[in-house]
Amino acid sequence: MPEKTAQTRTIAVDMVARVEGEGALRVTVKDETVQDVELRIFEPPRFFEAFLRGRHYEEVPDIVARICGICPIAYQMSAVHALEQIFGLRVEGALRDLRRLIYCGEWIESHALHVYLLQAPDFLGYDSAIAMAKDHAAVVPRGLRLKKAGNAIMTLLGGRSVHPVSVKVGGFSRVPLRRELEGLKDELLWARDAAVDTVRWVADFEYPDFAPDYNYVALRHPDEYPLNEGQIVASTVLQISATEFEQHFVEHQVAYSNALHCTVQGSPYLVGPLARLNLNHDHLTPLAKQVLTDRRIALPLRNPFHGIIARSVEILYALEESLRLIERYETPPLAALPVAVRSGTGMACTEAPRGILYHRYEVDGDGVVRDAKIVPPTSQNQFRIEQDLRLFMPRLLHLPDKEAALACERVIRCYDPCISCATHFLNLDIRRESST
Amino acid sequence: MKNDRPPSSLIRVIGLGNGLRGDDAAGLLAARQVRQIIGGRAEVIEAEMAGVDLIELMKSAYAVILIDAARSGQASGTVHRLDASAGPIGCQIFPRSSHAIGMVDALELARAMGVLPPKVIVYGIEAGNTEAGQPLSSPVAKAVDQVVDQVIQECEAHYA
Repeated sequence: MPEKTAQTRTIAVDMVARVEGEGALRVTVKDETVQDVELRIFEPPRFFEAFLRGRHYEEVPDIVARICGICPIAYQMSAVHALEQIFGLRVEGALRDLRRLIYCGEWIESHALHVYLLQAPDFLGYDSAIAMAKDHAAVVPRGLRLKKAGNAIMTLLGGRSVHPVSVKVGGFSRVPLRRELEGLKDELLWARDAAVDTVRWVADFEYPDFAPDYNYVALRHPDEYPLNEGQIVASTVLQISATEFEQHFVEHQVAYSNALHCTVQGSPYLVGPLARLNLNHDHLTPLAKQVLTDRRIALPLRNPFHGIIARSVEILYALEESLRLIERYETPPLAALPVAVRSGTGMACTEAPRGILYHRYEVDGDGVVRDAKIVPPTSQNQFRIEQDLRLFMPRLLHLPDKEAALACERVIRCYDPCISCATHFLNLDIRRESST
Repeated sequence: MKNDRPPSSLIRVIGLGNGLRGDDAAGLLAARQVRQIIGGRAEVIEAEMAGVDLIELMKSAYAVILIDAARSGQASGTVHRLDASAGPIGCQIFPRSSHAIGMVDALELARAMGVLPPKVIVYGIEAGNTEAGQPLSSPVAKAVDQVVDQVIQECEAHYA
């Protein structure tokens, strides 16, 4: 290890040391002032963009589902919406409801995992969910059962819980019977109560006093909490459709990372549950609003650590919405609308669990993909995470490097960055370094 | 056939990995081959990046054999065999994540919750190229064949 000097130190969190050298945090501190914050995130969609070229459009949903083991539905939904735009298809009625339902399943599954097993240990003083499980015997099983309720929706509609296979352009390869959906109801009712308890539980955590000035970006729909569609809105004045995304959101290359920095109007911004909740809380259900009021949680939430509250509220919303969609479901006559292939370019944005996910496809007259572009939420948040670390670091400077690194990890975890999307070769290796 | 052999559902072979990422598919492909050879004598599951759902997939099994790609810096195609029922297997070859619960953490979570099956064997196949759309590399394909043979033998041993 290099010798440490009094003036300069580098705090390194090599989160993905074995993933082709990328996916690490490096903070350089000189004379008790933060000099540089560099977050390096491995950005898997870039490999998949190349892999998609030359593939038939029907293969796209199954391929993009394998970009992420945690949010495959989001990738599938952004893809099918973009492709349907090219083919002039509009999926409505029960098929649209089923898409919304499977998306709810993914939110429940992804958020329950993050709330219970990834972020709660940070607030309760544990290194991991494993250590927490030993002391909180009831909590971890509740989180796992909540997650399982989301899995059950995904499995029924998608064919299997991991990497669903039934989503296709125009609808599904198979749609459930009404009684199959009704079979989910008892468990979803249990999960709804557990979700209320979850919001109450996380509301009582102790949160660091930290409130950066955010530009929130999320979808916004006139009638509903956004999942599959809506206009892209920001807390600054912005209201655009997904087709205009690339005119407003700019990706910049940075020397130290393979991921690109995203800006809107030249500045970093925040996507994800916190942004979504702050921009759409008027569309929450009465029960979700009541639980927030009971716990004196005032919106908008400005603290990134409150992401766990936003996720918990969204679990509750997704469960109530699932029950509502099941209640009104009538099996549609066709599992998918017929597709008339034509050439063109289509763009779509949906709300992945960790924020807006943009896809653009160009296909030729045979339905073969000629170009693909995918902008995942993690790369959009990357610049903002760096800014927040820069703001948060001064209060960590008195800590030894190892503790400071752990505190940085907690900050990073608030955004649930999808560093490991396309490969599970991910390692957490904390290295202490210094330089002159 | 012996009368005391365990029901096939109590022996479960679970292959993990991402089927579209080169050598990362090793566990999945091994499981697929095991299924073709062993038929109904063991339950075989292909679970792409199952994470914490492994706890559910292992539920009520007596013996579980997990097969996954691994990275420890050794030559690609190297096969590791670890007995997770004897104690924690560590994360040296199966990396951890700050975003998801990986296989090793899922096993330890199951242990902490008291639901780890009595016998859990983990096979790790050292991966090389994991770029999207690539086939298995030659050393890993050979290692998959070797692991399939070993897993079949382990399954058969339960019936001996």
